[in-house]
Amino acid sequence: MPHVVKRILIYAALIIWTVIALFPIFWTFSTTFKVAKDVQMGNIIPWVDFTPNWLGLRAIGLSPDTIFTESTPRVEFIKRFWNSIQASVGASVLALILGSMAAYGLSRFSYHWKIWKNRDISFFFLSQLILPPVVLAMPFLVLYKELALLDSMIGLILIYTLSVLPIVIWIMKDQFDTIPQELEQAALVDGCSIWGAFFLIILPIALPGMVAAFILSVILCWNEYFFAALLTSSYAKTLPVMVASQTGSQGISWWSMAALSSAAILPLIIIGIFLERYIVKGLTTGSVK
Amino acid sequence: MTSVSTAASGQEAVAPHVTPERRQRGILLIRGATLLLGLVSLVQLLSVLGYIPFGFTNWQPVLIAYVLWSAALCWGLVLRDGEAGWRAIFVLPAVLFTVALVIFPTFFGLYIAFSDWNLQSAGGRQFNGLDNFYQLVADPYFWNALGNMVFYVATVLVQYAIAFGLAMLLNADIKAQKFFRVAFLLPFMLSPVAVSWMIGKSMLEYRFGPVTHLLRTLGWSQPTLLTSPWLAKSTIALMDAWVWIPFMMIMILAGLQALPKDVQEAAKVDGATGWQGFWQITFPLMLPVSVTTVVLRIIFQLKLADIVINTTAGGPGGATDTISSYIFRVYKDRSNVGYGTMIAEVYLIIIIFFVALLLKFTSRFMQRAV
Repeated sequence: MPHVVKRILIYAALIIWTVIALFPIFWTFSTTFKVAKDVQMGNIIPWVDFTPNWLGLRAIGLSPDTIFTESTPRVEFIKRFWNSIQASVGASVLALILGSMAAYGLSRFSYHWKIWKNRDISFFFLSQLILPPVVLAMPFLVLYKELALLDSMIGLILIYTLSVLPIVIWIMKDQFDTIPQELEQAALVDGCSIWGAFFLIILPIALPGMVAAFILSVILCWNEYFFAALLTSSYAKTLPVMVASQTGSQGISWWSMAALSSAAILPLIIIGIFLERYIVKGLTTGSVK
Repeated sequence: MTSVSTAASGQEAVAPHVTPERRQRGILLIRGATLLLGLVSLVQLLSVLGYIPFGFTNWQPVLIAYVLWSAALCWGLVLRDGEAGWRAIFVLPAVLFTVALVIFPTFFGLYIAFSDWNLQSAGGRQFNGLDNFYQLVADPYFWNALGNMVFYVATVLVQYAIAFGLAMLLNADIKAQKFFRVAFLLPFMLSPVAVSWMIGKSMLEYRFGPVTHLLRTLGWSQPTLLTSPWLAKSTIALMDAWVWIPFMMIMILAGLQALPKDVQEAAKVDGATGWQGFWQITFPLMLPVSVTTVVLRIIFQLKLADIVINTTAGGPGGATDTISSYIFRVYKDRSNVGYGTMIAEVYLIIIIFFVALLLKFTSRFMQRAV
């Protein structure tokens, strides 16, 4: 096969898949600015097929003419958006603290608790990845009711921490394993305690791994729907639950759904564009040596 | 109590002298905290069972007592064991957290599974023995959902093939590699709920969605993508693939980039065509990465729920159900946690067996045994 033809085929395939990957995102953003007629006509290209309209953003009170006025939908939307931020950032921070400590311990010391050794403890944490959320869902429903944690931010943060903890431990342990032990030994000789060495010497070096673990956790928690749908109702409801609760009815107002969906995906797209390096680092941990 | 003894690996323990008094204080602290936790739990248990007239309004004090007990345990170990204690408390918080929030609820689930428990009614929990289990064995929707899971897991292999192809494209000598990589990765990061609406409810809309529009233009007069059973199942699988292919692609791409270039160069000199070179050199070298990727992906696939719940809610007639979405529906319809939990626990056992078998047969090919 001639070289030129081969290159053309490669670029053709790349462009086709780019369209497949990006068109739904483009469709969602553009539908935010369509009126009913444009949606029904299936118009696609703005300014050519249809004239952009502020309808979608007006529906959540964020269009230029409504942004400075009182707006109930906007208050609701911002509340859900803020809940999502709290839950995902809170859980990621907690998971990062617990996970980094555990990963460091497993990477550096050999434990021997009864019949449990390092390997078993690592397996104990990683095996949580297998557990489907649905197994915990109903026990949590009942337990949270008894613990008065239903529909509370703390409850949501706890369960999100739980779901990302194995991944954080996995990433951080891999990160610590690559840092030579001589570094702490020198610090210990200088009279540093093991916790001092951990905080002052190792953590700063492990920062890229921590950023990767943190970003991956935030993404996973931000998108989480199953637990949020079961365990929250009015107070701690997150953005995905708000988006989902609008879809059921027949007469969906397309522009407002598009606006909500856009809001749910926009932060992640920004993260994806600017922090792609860290996401790739987090995803490929341990799989490639 | 937990007897913790840690030995230093590679580095000499700077074991400070632990005085007997300090040791004693540590032991006392742990015992005291255990006593407090036991006492608070006992009071609440007795009050719930109606043996004593006083008690707390809910179980929250027990949770707080558990948190205090955990803190006291960590501190007590430091007092009692000195250096070894300082080491133990690196891992202990995560262990205590996981035990409280995973192990305990999973076993508590068994308590729920053998009962008829409607959360909305005042009756509370009614023990009903194996009734839920018999119901499950006779439940066609459960077996149907399990069959669907086999289908969804099988589609992982198709996703893998596409992901491998895309990774090869990205690994080729191309311009704007970074742009394509980010573009290809984006679907993975989007919320499944938003994806369900973006693609499932809007682009596949029967009357005027762009995809159905395109299919009609191509000559398919009735593109009933989400209303006929097998088509709906395949459509869900396609949406799921759209989200998850980037994940596999990134893993495979990292593997390809780590391959030694000279091996492939040598193959070219030997006169191997691209196709031969791939099957005889690249693919075997990539086997460990491939197996790891596919196994991880299968494990994630067993949790598939969000897209199904939000796009078809399991319909038409359960054709697209996964176990998770079915349990979600059972709970939403009847508010009964007993039967749903029974399905979940049985599913967990099936998964554990399945994953154990999977790992047994694949672990020798994998990059790093879990």
